[in-house]
Amino acid sequence: MQALYAQLLVGLINGSFYALLSLGLAVIFGMLNIINFAHGALYMMGAFVAYFLLNLGGINYWWALLLAPIIVGIFGMILERTMLQWLTGLDHLYGLLLTFGIALIVQGVFQNYFGSSGLPYAIPEQLRGGMNLGFMFLPIYRGWVVVFSLAVCLATWFLIEKTQLGAYLRAATENPTLVRAFGINVPRMITLTYGLGVGLAALAGVLSAPINQVRPLMGADLIIVVFAVVVIGGMGSIMGSIITGFALGVIEGLTKYFYPEASNTVVFVLMVLVLLVKPTGLTGRAA
Amino acid sequence: MTTLTDDTLPVTPRAMRDEMIVFAVMALLLAAVPFTGVYPFFVMQALCFALLACAFNLLVGYGGLLSFGHAMFLGTAGYCSAHALKVWALPPELGILVGVAAAFVLSIVTGYISIRRQGIYFSMITLALSQLLYFIYLQAPFTHGEDGIQGIPQGRMFGVLDLSKPTVLYYVVLVGFLAGFLLIFRIINSPFGEVLKSIRENEQRAISLGYRTDQYKFLAFVLSGTLAGLAGALKVFVAQNASLTDVHWTMSGEVVLMTLVGGLGTVFGPVVGAFVIIAMQQYLAGFGQWVTVIQGAIFVVCVLTFRRGVVGEIAHYFRRSL
Repeated sequence: MQALYAQLLVGLINGSFYALLSLGLAVIFGMLNIINFAHGALYMMGAFVAYFLLNLGGINYWWALLLAPIIVGIFGMILERTMLQWLTGLDHLYGLLLTFGIALIVQGVFQNYFGSSGLPYAIPEQLRGGMNLGFMFLPIYRGWVVVFSLAVCLATWFLIEKTQLGAYLRAATENPTLVRAFGINVPRMITLTYGLGVGLAALAGVLSAPINQVRPLMGADLIIVVFAVVVIGGMGSIMGSIITGFALGVIEGLTKYFYPEASNTVVFVLMVLVLLVKPTGLTGRAA
Repeated sequence: MTTLTDDTLPVTPRAMRDEMIVFAVMALLLAAVPFTGVYPFFVMQALCFALLACAFNLLVGYGGLLSFGHAMFLGTAGYCSAHALKVWALPPELGILVGVAAAFVLSIVTGYISIRRQGIYFSMITLALSQLLYFIYLQAPFTHGEDGIQGIPQGRMFGVLDLSKPTVLYYVVLVGFLAGFLLIFRIINSPFGEVLKSIRENEQRAISLGYRTDQYKFLAFVLSGTLAGLAGALKVFVAQNASLTDVHWTMSGEVVLMTLVGGLGTVFGPVVGAFVIIAMQQYLAGFGQWVTVIQGAIFVVCVLTFRRGVVGEIAHYFRRSL
């Protein structure tokens, strides 16, 4: 049973990353109509920024948790201003191709300087050790990742669904021209939205640094799984992305325990099943 | 909804004639390669990728469906051909047939699944499906995991053509490429191809005219996947191995890049793009990961400033369709 709980925890942690990344993809897709293929690379950048902050600047994990998303978010906003904005009005697939190119550049540069092996990132002092919960041993850092990610996801949901700013954002998703007519600077909102989505990816990167090590290709395979998550959940609903992300992480964790051979493929197999039964994805809206 | 090609020109009989002339010149140039001293393996490799890119282009350039998983057909056909040749000891012609048949079956299955969603979702689904196959091949015993299938016998095609001789192999690969290319050319210029283009331009209108667009897209997907399989089967004879790199998503990305550089939705673009990218990889092989960076940069530049691609720009300049 110990092993089962341990795998469930791993599943929840992976689920947190799926949720944070698919949430960002959904937010970006809503505003920019672009599937951000660079999301995995920017997640990796978040982890590397945390690593640089610690090793070059002596800035600890807690500050990295705040600064890395901001730094990567600004990088993302520069990308949006200099490149992505020129794609407005073109076919969706150009956005995919452009961000794929950006992902190749970013990953290639990091691979050049850091190879393919992982760099260690120590767990902050306050979160070391573990707790005995009676039925299992819980490493505190892992519990922290799940709780903190969930909190960030819910905060994002609140921001978009319940605040004034979120209302502008949703309105601009539906009809940007009309929202502009009300005097709201939609292009700036688009830039900020991209920054927000990218920042969420970078945050996931920082959270994963102490668990998975910091590797140039850490986001390359992850983003493909996240795409499958997005296909399963659909990008229509923020809460849908969060729930699908966590649920698939848990299912993957259970598979690791019961049938480890299929743990790499279970998300893709589920995607196929969902497509066969309900082609529009679980949250329903057709694209 | 904007369309893929910024200015699609109507295909007049005159343009068809242009295309036939260009095809004849291309075939002659390629047939002359063994007499020029150009390294034949480079050209053979490029021809296999050119066929793959043409097959990919059939789907994206004419059907508007961007597949980000075409490596799965290349790799599956490669593995199956390699297995048939090495373990079952089949002659080359049957080995190729096994690979193409495998890609045909795979494209029916994956097409049935992925055609259910459009646009951006279609790309994500094909990418996820090819990643699924990647993990299956990583674990399946017959692919030998990380090692791949190596030392594949080339054998004698039809009992007479000794494929271990580079010149003989070259002409066999060239014939395979030209046959695949002509088939694609025929498909594009058929009534089926016209309907496909109309779906790309405006699917709703095609539906309202009474076309069952899903069936057209499915057939295009199967044709594209099967022809990509032919490229994979031919590549086995050139490389004499079948490995995981052929199924990896980076390979799918390279196919997209070749077609983009050459010109999406042009007849000859994918061929030009394949030669450009393969040549670039040869010359930059010593630069390690910078090749990836350069490929990424080409993607960015092409999408931002050069969406018509090499052949598309030439065709646009001369106001012809190539």
